[in-house]
Amino acid sequence: MLGTGLLQGLRVTARNLLGSFHDPKRFVTTQYPEERTKLPEAYRNFPFLVSESAEDPMGTLRCVACQICEKECPPQCIYIEKSRDKKPDANGKMQIYPAVFDIDTSVCMSCQICVEVCPFDAIEMDQVFELAATNRFEGLLLDRHALAKPNSYFHGIHPTEAAAVDARLAAARRASEEKARAAAAAKAAPKPAPADPAKAPAAPGAEAPRPSPPGP
Amino acid sequence: MSVSGFPAATPAPGPTVRSVRDELHGDLLEVSMGPHHPSTHGVFRMVATLDGETVTRLKPVFGYLHRNHEKIGENTTYLSSMPYTDRLDYLCSMTNNWAYALAVERLSGQAVPERAEYLRVILAELTRLLNHTCLAGFLLQDSGASGTPLMYAFREREKILDLFESLSGSRMMCNFQRFGGCRTDATPAWLGAAGALADGYGRFLDEFEELLTGNEILMARTQGVGRLPAALAVSAGVTGPVLRASGVDYDLRKVDGYGAYPRFAFRVPLGAHGDVYDRYMVRVLEMRESIGILREALRTIPDGPVMDPKAKIRGFRAKPGEVYSRIEGPKGEIGFYLISEGGPNPYRYRVRPPSLINLTILEDLCLGHTIADTVVILGSIDIVLGEVDR
Repeated sequence: MLGTGLLQGLRVTARNLLGSFHDPKRFVTTQYPEERTKLPEAYRNFPFLVSESAEDPMGTLRCVACQICEKECPPQCIYIEKSRDKKPDANGKMQIYPAVFDIDTSVCMSCQICVEVCPFDAIEMDQVFELAATNRFEGLLLDRHALAKPNSYFHGIHPTEAAAVDARLAAARRASEEKARAAAAAKAAPKPAPADPAKAPAAPGAEAPRPSPPGP
Repeated sequence: MSVSGFPAATPAPGPTVRSVRDELHGDLLEVSMGPHHPSTHGVFRMVATLDGETVTRLKPVFGYLHRNHEKIGENTTYLSSMPYTDRLDYLCSMTNNWAYALAVERLSGQAVPERAEYLRVILAELTRLLNHTCLAGFLLQDSGASGTPLMYAFREREKILDLFESLSGSRMMCNFQRFGGCRTDATPAWLGAAGALADGYGRFLDEFEELLTGNEILMARTQGVGRLPAALAVSAGVTGPVLRASGVDYDLRKVDGYGAYPRFAFRVPLGAHGDVYDRYMVRVLEMRESIGILREALRTIPDGPVMDPKAKIRGFRAKPGEVYSRIEGPKGEIGFYLISEGGPNPYRYRVRPPSLINLTILEDLCLGHTIADTVVILGSIDIVLGEVDR
């Protein structure tokens, strides 16, 4: 009969309307910003730089300015300048550090490729999304001071990943200590010093401590 | 075609009517629909020449969203192109990623672990559900059912997006597949959630079909409208549900048997008339088959790594050679053509976008129909302008 399809459809909408009065699960809308959904652990939005301590973020950045992320970044939103001098890192090794590390978040597309290619686990994905700024150029161009966040923050937002990263770094540190000890033993030196900073070999990928010419 | 019980759309004109019409018969009117028009699904423009309300000529104009995707793909590394493929057809980033990853894997002879193949099938079928659900909602919106069906469809889409977000970190721009597997592994909790969604989806489709499939207004608006003959569809290179609605049995999941698809039993729904209604029904039936594949894949997914341990992420270089690789995306055959010279980036990078090629038949479908029907016909082809213009 003509019209049965229409009536059938109306029955569905009526069922949904009336059902919403007694079943709160039918309310699918979250009243942002009063209510907020819990972000999943995997959620990613914009990278940040991991520092070992919260007190001295600039002194304990994991980044050694190897510029791999700068080269791999699809929209080319990372700009790095290497330092002229070296600073000891968490293992006590002398390393180059980023004198300038800028990310233009108006260009960044949060693809996570910088995180995947980083050999030092120095850059990780953040979870902030309320980033409105009054100036679209300076306001969205984040420098290394704005980007640096401590490892504890990383543990807070991505606990599983942070634990895996810490385990990996600890294993690498143990391996380098073993190596240093073996090298020291080979030289028949009796003291088992854990990696003398002065004698430590340069980091993998680190080049001569010359400032690179500023990229385009 | 009129539905039984409805009078024919236009009564046969009597002699008086005819003389008045002849007298009033004026010039043809050229109307530019778009590029900013809500029912062109983005920045797409149709230059329609109208005789009264009937379309006598229709010229599709596109390119407003051109972003140089292919040239960027030639200038950046293989890995850096992956996030850009998300933005082709932004509803189906998972299948775009898979098509691109498959091309590079074939180019470099990269093996993929078994679990990753299953995970890719699961994600591709979730994407198919997502895309077809959205399409059904938009199609109904285009034909005048404003609001309700679209909101019902988006309610379900949200659940799939939540799954994508908890797995890949992003709702739409997943950037999840890698050369040699998937980026992260799915936890048992995630697989459980996907299974619960697959179990509940049939009920949603029942409700959706109860709401719409038998609806007389929908039938009157879509049956016999935009009929695509099978011969034209084949000669124009149309693929996907649009082709199958015309009765051509061509599904790359069966024809190519890529990934883990040969291990799953599923049917390929075919249409008989090739009109808008058939295109809608084929998609609904495809969703039901997708649910079956999903359940089967979630039940039989093997343990193991999701990434080949020998696969290289940093400093990836493909072997010299050329490859064309394609998969059955929700909109049709999405393919990537790559030529490698052994460097870190491809020498030539080309996308075969299903939306663009399906769109080429738009004029043939619209001729002789009213201007209101062109909106419904365009909706039934299922285009995403990000992919048409690239």
